[in-house]
Amino acid sequence: MSAVVDEHDHDHHADDHHDHGPAKGLLRWIITTNHKDIGTLYLLFALTMFFVGGSMAMVIRAELFEPGLQFVDPAFFNSMTTMHALVMVFGAVMPAFVGLANWQIPLMIGATDMALPRMNNMSFWMLVAGVLLLASTLFMEGGAPNGGWTLYPPLVLQPITVGKALPFAIFSVHLLGISSIMGAINIIATIFNMRAPAMKLMDMPLFVWTWLITAFLLIAVMPVFAGAVTMLLTDKFFHTSFFNAAGGGDPVLYEHIFWFFGHPEVYIMILPTFGVASTIIPVFARKPLFGYASMVWATASIAFLSFIVWAHHMFTVGMPIAGELYFMYATMIIAVPTGVKVFNWTATMWKGAMTFETPMLFSISFVVLFTLGGFTGLMMSIAPSDFQYHDTYFIVAHFHYTLVPASIFILMAAGYFWLPKWTGHMYNEKIGQLHFWLSVISVNILFFPQHFLGLAGMPRRIPDYAVQFADWNMISSIGGFIFGASQLLFLYIVIDTIRGGTGEKVSDEVWEDAAKHGLEWTLPSPTPYHTWTTPPTIVPTEHVLDSH
Amino acid sequence: MSTNSTYYIPHKATWPVIGTVGLMTMLAGFANYLNGSSIGQPLMIVGLSIFIAMLVGWFTLQAKESESGMYNHEVGISYRHGMMWFIFSEIVFFAVFFGTLWYTRNLSVPWLGEGATKELLWPAFDAVWPTNGPGKVGGEFEPMGAWGLPFINTLLLLTSGVTCTWAHHGLLAKNRDQLIKGLLATVALGFLFVCFQAIEYHEAYSEMGLTLGSGVYGSTFFMLTGFHGFHVCVGAIILSVVLFRSTKGHFSPENHFAFEAAAWYWHFVDVVWLGLFIFVYLM
Ligand code: HEM
Ligand SMILES: [Cu+2]
Repeated sequence: MSAVVDEHDHDHHADDHHDHGPAKGLLRWIITTNHKDIGTLYLLFALTMFFVGGSMAMVIRAELFEPGLQFVDPAFFNSMTTMHALVMVFGAVMPAFVGLANWQIPLMIGATDMALPRMNNMSFWMLVAGVLLLASTLFMEGGAPNGGWTLYPPLVLQPITVGKALPFAIFSVHLLGISSIMGAINIIATIFNMRAPAMKLMDMPLFVWTWLITAFLLIAVMPVFAGAVTMLLTDKFFHTSFFNAAGGGDPVLYEHIFWFFGHPEVYIMILPTFGVASTIIPVFARKPLFGYASMVWATASIAFLSFIVWAHHMFTVGMPIAGELYFMYATMIIAVPTGVKVFNWTATMWKGAMTFETPMLFSISFVVLFTLGGFTGLMMSIAPSDFQYHDTYFIVAHFHYTLVPASIFILMAAGYFWLPKWTGHMYNEKIGQLHFWLSVISVNILFFPQHFLGLAGMPRRIPDYAVQFADWNMISSIGGFIFGASQLLFLYIVIDTIRGGTGEKVSDEVWEDAAKHGLEWTLPSPTPYHTWTTPPTIVPTEHVLDSH
Repeated sequence: MSTNSTYYIPHKATWPVIGTVGLMTMLAGFANYLNGSSIGQPLMIVGLSIFIAMLVGWFTLQAKESESGMYNHEVGISYRHGMMWFIFSEIVFFAVFFGTLWYTRNLSVPWLGEGATKELLWPAFDAVWPTNGPGKVGGEFEPMGAWGLPFINTLLLLTSGVTCTWAHHGLLAKNRDQLIKGLLATVALGFLFVCFQAIEYHEAYSEMGLTLGSGVYGSTFFMLTGFHGFHVCVGAIILSVVLFRSTKGHFSPENHFAFEAAAWYWHFVDVVWLGLFIFVYLM
């Protein structure tokens, strides 16, 4: 790739601004095309949504603190479970990873910016628009959607469940889909087209690899979700019969289409998580990543398998027995590449000269607790057993283990890991460690008892429950409140670090010998507004030592 | 035209936000309209106008930048990646509806006509395609045949694929006359296709009793052909813009991403139609 210059270097743009920096004032953030600005926007937006979705979770846990109905009416409770999931998945976790991609991919591959900067701006604003449409339903007659984030018909088409919210929720999905697809296309174009010539595909940091594969997943499944909700819309408002048996359709078809999207979707949230973990662990173990090539192949096989296992969400729907068996075995196979990864992370730490700064603590707990979530997944993949677990708190425990102490913890780790690089300020390690210990303990108090509740038969998505579930629910709620409150520490640390942190001047490398592991650590801290205007000629290879 | 060796990074972009506001307004309006609110339609019109203004503004800007040689080879590659994966996402979108058709015809309709469902619920239901289901939703209808207008439309689209390629050869051979004639023919065939489809829909609604509400046959028929027809319109409009730019002397054998993107899109629309003709009309 050739060198890169800015717009104002063109003589035919003589009237253009002669500043290197961003536009002044608030407008900067609206019309920016800079990958760092857009990354920041994504991350701050995601953090905000994390607290919005988190407040909804607090409502849920408050209502479930004791049996009986105390704070909210059941329809609103159901709105909370529905909106909590939608906000967290589409407003918090996914955008946070896109934000990391925006910041880190160009830095890590020696590119000056994303390949399609204008579209980058648009994909962020489309996200905001989608979330605004969704959030507007909270204030509508009939309230927000309350049929569950999966939006299953015929429930979601009943007048009582939709109120006025359904079309808004559907169009919100369309906008979020457009946003994700644009973001994904940009990431693919950037990785293939903007890489420093010195960096071969098999030199790329794993974060870049996992995002490349995630981007393919996004492009392949977001249109599927869009198609599914479009059919909901026409069934509701334009007399079609896609999901109506009287007209020859089938509501189960919706479930198939939804989960054809939905299962890859959960991997869209976990593959970049794997990528960040694979970036952080080697730095603090002071060793190259164990099995770089096998990590790449494991990621690719997980992505491939994620397309052919969707009906493990539908074991109880009344599938033919051959289908049950096929989806059971196919799902179990995912545990193999996943196991490869867990093994590699462990082997990376083996005999490493480890230190335990906050990012590393979060990463280690990710390895342990994600594995736990994976094991419960494996339990549920056994079709006959899943008849017992399905739609109980067991599955709630499963996916919260794979999402909270996995994806969310790794997002926190990424914040602690890269904030010093981005801002040039060090975060307060003491408060960071406190945040970690409070989080890791409370998250287990919050979710571990839900396994017991589920096995004992407590169904998910209900505002009230039988008295025998009271004790564990109360414990779970207490864990929830502590966890929620602890996250305010993270908010404090982020703001504090941006505004100067400990005041200690951070080096370019930030972490000891980090420059061996990734290109971003060879840049100054804080990272200048424009980086890699000429691509680097040497790329670090510590992270890929094993494969060379 | 100057070419340069640098990757062009625009610093500020206003059209994306404007377009987003337009699209969001339009969709919020549509949602209000569906909920029976009178503010719906005005909002939709405002939103659509903003959106169209964005398209005109943004594409004019791109055309100007492209013609002044600001895009080097690498920028062109990024655009091609963008278009390629955009078309891929569209293919997936159509695949959902083809998949729906497959599932309905091969699984759910047969299930409705066998076993306990048949015995206990709908003994009189004869599960053969085309069907509007055991509830006879939408009333009596006549299915759409393949050999009238649909067949003519197939020939039109296939021919337009050829004229499009012919135009491309003209562009590569610096034969502007051939480029313009080829594009003109392609656009004309495209719009003719849309006209014939409108006639076909009119017949379906007024004479055959076939509507979007005719059970699952009507749903799949109109959803698939309707989305495709919409894509033909979009493709023809894109090609019209390319045609307009060709008459202004834009594009060179080395630099004509817009033409290529439009042509790719057109061939994609073409191939989807072949799938439709086989799976919706013939089988
Ligand atoms: C080791 C690999 C995994 C296996 C074998 C697995 C298996 C399963 C199964 C069988 C279910 C359906 C349970 C039921 O409805 O009865 C399920 C649900 C779920 N899984 Fe996993 N899973 C795995 C990893 C993950 C990961 C990595 C994530 C997310 C990051 C995840 C997120 C979810 C979610 C969100 C649901 C619930 C969806 C819903 O019904 O709302 N899983 N999983
Ligand atoms: Cu799954």
